[in-house]
Amino acid sequence: MKPDIFEAPDYYHLDDLLSEEHKLVRDAARQWVKRDISPIIEEYAQKAEFPKQIIKGLAEIGAFGPYIPTKYGGAGLDYISYGLIMQEIERGDSGVRSTASVQSSLVMYPIFAYGSEEQRKKYLPKLASGEFMGCFGLTEPNHGSNPSGMETKFKDMGDHYLLNGAKLWISNSPFADVAVVWAKNEEGRIHGLIIERGMEGFSTPETHNKWSLRASATGELIFDNVKVPKENLLPNKNGLGAPLGCLDSARYGISWGAIGAAMDCYDTALRYAKERIQFGKPIAATQLQQKKLAEMITEITKAQLLTFRLGQLKNEGRATTAQISMAKRNNVDMALNIAREARQVLGAMGITGEYSIMRHMMNLESVITYEGTHDIHLLITGADITGHSAFK
Amino acid sequence: MKILVCISNVPDTTSKINFTDGDTKFDANGVQFVINPNDEFGLTRAMWFKEKQGATVHVATVGEASTEPTIRKALAIGADEAIRINAIPTDGFFVAQHLAEVVKNGSYDIVIAGRESIDYNGGMVPGIMAAMLDFNFVNSCISLEVDGNNATAIREIDGGKETLSTSLPLIIGGQKGLVQESDLKIPNMRGIMMARQKKLNVIEPIDASPATLDTKFEKPAPKGAVKLIDSSNIDELIDLLHNEAKAI
Repeated sequence: MKPDIFEAPDYYHLDDLLSEEHKLVRDAARQWVKRDISPIIEEYAQKAEFPKQIIKGLAEIGAFGPYIPTKYGGAGLDYISYGLIMQEIERGDSGVRSTASVQSSLVMYPIFAYGSEEQRKKYLPKLASGEFMGCFGLTEPNHGSNPSGMETKFKDMGDHYLLNGAKLWISNSPFADVAVVWAKNEEGRIHGLIIERGMEGFSTPETHNKWSLRASATGELIFDNVKVPKENLLPNKNGLGAPLGCLDSARYGISWGAIGAAMDCYDTALRYAKERIQFGKPIAATQLQQKKLAEMITEITKAQLLTFRLGQLKNEGRATTAQISMAKRNNVDMALNIAREARQVLGAMGITGEYSIMRHMMNLESVITYEGTHDIHLLITGADITGHSAFK
Repeated sequence: MKILVCISNVPDTTSKINFTDGDTKFDANGVQFVINPNDEFGLTRAMWFKEKQGATVHVATVGEASTEPTIRKALAIGADEAIRINAIPTDGFFVAQHLAEVVKNGSYDIVIAGRESIDYNGGMVPGIMAAMLDFNFVNSCISLEVDGNNATAIREIDGGKETLSTSLPLIIGGQKGLVQESDLKIPNMRGIMMARQKKLNVIEPIDASPATLDTKFEKPAPKGAVKLIDSSNIDELIDLLHNEAKAI
């Protein structure tokens, strides 16, 4: 792997809108990715293994629950800082960003927002430090875009709950210490439960042979008559809105993360185009390559402005689900297109592990599907502007 | 042990350098600034003294408000307090006078400055400070150990190293070797959060004037075209090196 000489594009001087602390947080994450992710990530992606040694570093740069209050071990930062950290991590690899997103938005967020004070104190500090890793169980084999149809269910047995069912496509599941799992009670109401590794009947087989997010571990969650202590139920919110609230937070982070992957592809393609000589001149001097590169920087700049404004709204508590859907959909699609175009700029070199582009491209195929597919997000926008839901 | 680390706010090495006002002023537009690398080695060694020997570490810089992110980063890395002298750092003499004043008022045992800054390559500040303060001085310092009032410093010299025994108060001109590149610290989240509470004292400049003024900057001439010579044609290579490049 070549040394990481990434330079972040900032065509509209967006840095001027960031606070001194935003930049300090962003630059620390950027420096950490250059030092601890870039040199190893290709190797781990090639061998389809999660680099566990980076967990401590992720915790140190604040990737686990940056917006969780300090009294629970979080960093107490705003949502723009969270976005910037996700952007920098995904600049390194979407799989690593996925691990951080799941921990922050899908495990720490529901425990913080819907959990009891005891649950917060028990789990959040350990999740923030990386001592505990978490995963989130919503998607099932037969219920992806339609989570309300979930079949996983729990029964009140008096002194405990009995949980049965299965979840699929769960990031971090093979090594997670805790899982926030969504299941229906006997009345069909969705609740969140905290499941710990080691509970009898709970297993987490790994999903193999992925062509995407290879440096991130994905698996299943299988519950076979798992006895769950009653104090493990998240008491403060139930119904489908509870898991969807977590997804808002995660999708927000993804909308920033995708910019990171796009920036890396653009930066690589731009540098390559200036150095690669064909027909006696750099290919960057040809109109067709300039079209690709100019469109890339235009799209990145638009995405940066979109997320910055979304970050302001999120900080004010005003960002709507539909606004977040628009940013997630637009930015991931933008990043995937840029990865494909950038791959073409590099010609055959683009398909090798010498460059990050093809890895980003394959990763983004997952990112455009998980946390609400590209199509579903379109329908969320459609329903929001027309008042007519077209899901069914 | 009280340590002052002098920090220079310099353009990142990847910055594109331009000049304005008829090539008399550096154009800071769009330039990313960082802690001068030689100073960062010194800061990291100072953090070592803080962790292992209980030292108190202050950082100081001469610069306008725009330099604050750089010193805030030093606080996030672990320095206890920061001082910013609110003036444009015109030349090394001007900077040294102000930093010497900080040292006088702060009763520091050790002052660590970079051997030189990577912007103007002045390399004067620690030496001038040592003369003004009458402190012991070791330049090009690649190792520093302190035991009570005594210090052992290693200085890089042409083709080797020189080990020196000296005493506090001491000023060093530090560089790579004081710590290794892999020891440099990335501010962690805890450090960034703690930096919010730390003091960043802004003090006004004293009555001091620079010894030199910039009158003109020039960029190196652009690289010329490369001439390729066949490996079998040694005579032509020697001829070109001798007569055209005048290198041999």
